[in-house]
Amino acid sequence: MDKTIASAAEAVSAIPDGATVMIGGFGGSGAPIELIHALIDHGAKDLTVVNNNAGNGHVGLAALIEQKRVKKLICSFPRSADPRVFTEAYLAGEIELEIVPQGTLAERIRAGGAGIPAFYTATSYGTELAEGKPTEEFDSKHYVRERWLKADYALIKAELADPHGNLTYRMAARNFNPVMAMAATHTIAQASKIVPLGGIDPEHVITPGIFVGSVVEVAKPAQEEELNRAEAVYP
Amino acid sequence: MSDTASDTMIDISAIKLSNAQIAWRAAQDIEDGAYVNLGIGFPEMVAKFQPEGKQAIFHTENGVLDFGEAPKPGEEDWDCINAGKKAITIKPGTAFFHHADSFAMVRGGHLDVAILGAYEIAQNGDLANWSTGKGGVPAVGGAMDLVQSAKRVAVLTDHVTKKGDPKLVASCSLPLTGVGCVTRIYTSLAVVDVEGGKFVLREKIPAISFDDLQALTGAPLHVEGEVADLVCPEL
Repeated sequence: MDKTIASAAEAVSAIPDGATVMIGGFGGSGAPIELIHALIDHGAKDLTVVNNNAGNGHVGLAALIEQKRVKKLICSFPRSADPRVFTEAYLAGEIELEIVPQGTLAERIRAGGAGIPAFYTATSYGTELAEGKPTEEFDSKHYVRERWLKADYALIKAELADPHGNLTYRMAARNFNPVMAMAATHTIAQASKIVPLGGIDPEHVITPGIFVGSVVEVAKPAQEEELNRAEAVYP
Repeated sequence: MSDTASDTMIDISAIKLSNAQIAWRAAQDIEDGAYVNLGIGFPEMVAKFQPEGKQAIFHTENGVLDFGEAPKPGEEDWDCINAGKKAITIKPGTAFFHHADSFAMVRGGHLDVAILGAYEIAQNGDLANWSTGKGGVPAVGGAMDLVQSAKRVAVLTDHVTKKGDPKLVASCSLPLTGVGCVTRIYTSLAVVDVEGGKFVLREKIPAISFDDLQALTGAPLHVEGEVADLVCPEL
């Protein structure tokens, strides 16, 4: 078994119009820039994107939105240092937004990957984000029922990968990447280095390869924060 | 009738505590070994004012526990950031983890203290701090998760709005972040606990009288025992 794909372009080439795509990252850390840019080049549109944020500047997710490929965004915090691309699209009514509390977003994704269709959380009880959702009392505290979240594809960023798709991450770039890997029908991981089997100590594997469909090596990957500081624009 | 509340109130600008002093006061209550999450912005200052001999462990919801100080300009590693997307550093004891684990720490009640800002706090502990309800782009982040599940939820805030209206109110008019969640409020004039559905005044700056403080507060301030002087160092 070898899940290695030669290029980011080839890795994203099967993503169809209308797909639901989870994109890892928190702000710029852990954002799979090369995979997102390959998705822009590929041209898929009417996408539903799940990400913690809504892009920053004119690269990565912001560029995907700027190219009008995103129909709906599910996120917790659509603000950034330069959120103009999303903000303008949203205020113009060009993009649908579902706001989800950050921990609920993470757990909905984890539940999707773990085959748990719904769960209860105290988060958002009594707020407008709980409107229309069933609630229940457990041990004298109120909880809101939340549904799982799954995707057709996940685009994630890893540090090391092996041909089976076992992954490690780098520092706080881990964030949503491991849970999104679990929740997609097909997960595409870009890794700074693909090592032979045995090149990752089994004790250090964070995402076991069973959750990963494809791996593509992107040596010296772009970092969104650095691109924005250089005022980069894609394409 | 006056146009704004401040027309009839004393001028507090010369006597109120600075944001740094409010953060300093909040830091004095954090116990040695406490696990603490600091909200984005002014609550982040609390980390600078930990008393000698008390070592809190700070959690940032994007997946880092026990991080170090900000790096020097030019030495940032943008894969190592906090929830405010600011660069942080690692130190002996730092741990990285993914988002579902991070919010398991929050939702599971493992955090001792969450410290956040506020638009309004009601006497029953309801908190409004995520939406001004005026349209624009909504963004909630992790606030709803933190306020429902941390053991203590402390708010740092000016006592009144820029227009002079009370921020401590009988009931919130803005969209709620959480219901009945706030346990203590550190303001620019006082320290107030929320107990049994009412505000209990614990400390006030010596330069303001109880009656003037009450006039700047939108619900009754109860006194149970001694009200201590709120005195902070010049910072």
